[in-house]
Amino acid sequence: MMIDTILRRAMPGIFALGAAFAVATASSAAMAQEQEQYFGIPSSRVGPYSAMGTGYYGGIIDYLNYVNMKHGGVNGVKLTYDECETEYNAARTVECYQRLLNKGDQKMVVFDTLGTPGAYAVIGRMAPDNVVLAQYGYGRTDAADGRVWPWVFNAAGHYWGQIAVKMNFMAQKEGGIDKMKGKTIVHLHIDTAYGREPIPAMREIAKEWGVKLIEIAVPPPGLEQQSQWLQIRREKADWVTFWGAGSGMNSTAITTAARVGFPREKMMYVTFGGAEEDMIPAGDAAKGTYVAANAAPGKFPLIQDIEKVVYGAGKGNMQNPQRVGTVYYNRGVGAAVMWVEAMKNAQRIHNKVGKTVTGAEFRDGYEALDVTDDKLKEIGILGMSAPFKMSCAKHDGSERFRMMQWDGKQFQLLTDWVPAPNPAFIRKLIEESAEKYAKENNLPIRQCS
Amino acid sequence: MFYREAGQFRTSYAADSQLLPLRQDRVGMAIILLLAVAVVPFVANDYWLSAILIPWLILALVATGQNILMGYAGQLSLGSAGFMAVGAFACYNLILRIDGIPFLLALFLSGICAALVGIVFGLPSLRIRGLYLAVATLASQFFIVWALDKFGWFKNYDPAGVITAQPIIMFGHNFASPREKYWVVLLIVAALTLAAKNMARGSTGRAWMAVRDMDVAAEVMGLSLLRTKLQAFAISSFYCGVGGALFAFAYLQTVEPSAFTIDLSFRILFMVIIGGLGTILGSFLGAGFILLMPVFLNVFFHKAFGKAVDATITSALEQVIFGVLIIVFLIFEPLGFARLWQLTKERLRLWPFRH
Repeated sequence: MMIDTILRRAMPGIFALGAAFAVATASSAAMAQEQEQYFGIPSSRVGPYSAMGTGYYGGIIDYLNYVNMKHGGVNGVKLTYDECETEYNAARTVECYQRLLNKGDQKMVVFDTLGTPGAYAVIGRMAPDNVVLAQYGYGRTDAADGRVWPWVFNAAGHYWGQIAVKMNFMAQKEGGIDKMKGKTIVHLHIDTAYGREPIPAMREIAKEWGVKLIEIAVPPPGLEQQSQWLQIRREKADWVTFWGAGSGMNSTAITTAARVGFPREKMMYVTFGGAEEDMIPAGDAAKGTYVAANAAPGKFPLIQDIEKVVYGAGKGNMQNPQRVGTVYYNRGVGAAVMWVEAMKNAQRIHNKVGKTVTGAEFRDGYEALDVTDDKLKEIGILGMSAPFKMSCAKHDGSERFRMMQWDGKQFQLLTDWVPAPNPAFIRKLIEESAEKYAKENNLPIRQCS
Repeated sequence: MFYREAGQFRTSYAADSQLLPLRQDRVGMAIILLLAVAVVPFVANDYWLSAILIPWLILALVATGQNILMGYAGQLSLGSAGFMAVGAFACYNLILRIDGIPFLLALFLSGICAALVGIVFGLPSLRIRGLYLAVATLASQFFIVWALDKFGWFKNYDPAGVITAQPIIMFGHNFASPREKYWVVLLIVAALTLAAKNMARGSTGRAWMAVRDMDVAAEVMGLSLLRTKLQAFAISSFYCGVGGALFAFAYLQTVEPSAFTIDLSFRILFMVIIGGLGTILGSFLGAGFILLMPVFLNVFFHKAFGKAVDATITSALEQVIFGVLIIVFLIFEPLGFARLWQLTKERLRLWPFRH
């Protein structure tokens, strides 16, 4: 009797629930009809490196949304994404990688850790899992050798190319390479793999030029640098190449340099420390600091269009829309442009236009990237990213950087895209290092050509 | 009702001093182990195995090591991540430099290396106590990471300072898939946990606890403080070292000093405090909480709010909630999860009758 009453009373509810469920499954089935391409976003939005993470991944997400809203996806394939918080921590990055790897029946095709520690932690999983590791100007440098690292790319330059460009810029300022003899360069770096990454190339160049190279490490998080800067004064350094991470460390370097009276016009910042968020906290002291850029800041036509289309519709990812067009944001857009272009290539090569591509197909598309000036203009980022072309063996892209200088309010671009002065030399270093790695780990060396 | 021990008589010393005196506990443990060995690896997917279960087991092992030192022997130490680094690098170098060394032997020896380092850094414990000792052990953390960074030999002169861990090869088989790695980790963690439990309830453990509760009294009763304290440091560091080697080889697959920062040391300390000082079970529960709660919150927030709420806000919120949970938990149950489980057991014994 009682059960009867309960059942009778609950009947409408059960029916309603059932109906709702049926509608939901039907609509999701209808949605599955539409082709989708899934991307995993391992963002780092909290902690000392949050300025980097929010800007970079914000740029990526905005561009994916932009492609969906403006062009209806890539040849009709909608771009979807899932996010996971890594806190810029290698262990959490591994967790995120595994979490993002599969979504429903879709598999992630590309991973971008925005950080060397995370890249090193997942780099071995790329080949077995068929995922592309797209290192946008960071990460393992010798992965630029596609014979040993088929799944890893370094499309926006790497640290060895960057240090060569910077040292060349110094030589220009000093009046030629022959004038560099006897000069002292201090490499002030955060004491991690990322901070040490440029050192092999730097040592070689310094030896060749007769430059005295002093390496000084700052333990993370690098908020205290007094003794290091006093040492720099003592050594009478002519130039400082600064390899920091996180806006706290980066702005501390400037303020401490100002306190000990080291000229900021002799300091050169790395790409991952040279953004507005790193300069502004240092105030007027930052004026004159040089920065190398692999994505230039500014409101390029594409960025303006993203503002119009995505932010106009209230769908922007940046909490502070003022940051659209800054260094980190544009770098994220540049990275996402590469993903989308690679996906277009993959669809074309494998005859799957209008269809979802797999990791292996995506990899082929990424390797076939040939971004010319015309192409950049068509996308609307001419001047923001460097033109580049990749091949089976050559997995580093442009190897070109723009030098810029902080004027107290914004960055002034000083040069156009400059290549490393002696690319064959850097290439030789990369191949030696990659071959050594392949030998140690019994990896096959792919035949290219 | 569920935990009634009526009718279970212990008629011999052996029965009285066995590991799990209650039949319910024995049956429960057997079921858990059976599930962990034979069911979980086939039910869980790669994500669960390689991103959740493996790091959880490894960190539980490290937390057990920390618990031996802090919970049982009462020596406040902050260097556990440093000892993990010693283990990881020792294992890497042993496999690299000694041709054909079995993985298990390398793992054991890396634990021994960590134990030796632990003894050296445990020496100050003979003269200083409490918080002062924590500060002294902090030095080990910084010194070890600095030394590994400074001397290229440890890293085989790799320019980036990040080394790829060698594959785990035992009995001619490469344990590469998450499932195989899980078995390796489970086996080692289970064996070492059993050993820890045994030590804790035997004379070794009682000596530690005597030193913890009042070292002067323990000395008067004839315990050698030198021996007991250094033993605790050595065994604790051994656990941390093995854990560190597993962390590098079975989880991260890279060996780098910056993975073993002071941050990790603190997290291990929190695992022990939240889990319950001086309990083995607490190490597992605490490791689970500290490791998995942020992940759970992250998954939950992304599932619940999706893209409707700014991800920067949810990421910050997760940290706030995690912090609040810790505070609330410590207010309501300062003795940790292990105590909570004990209370639950007592309740279950009476349930559903109140008296």
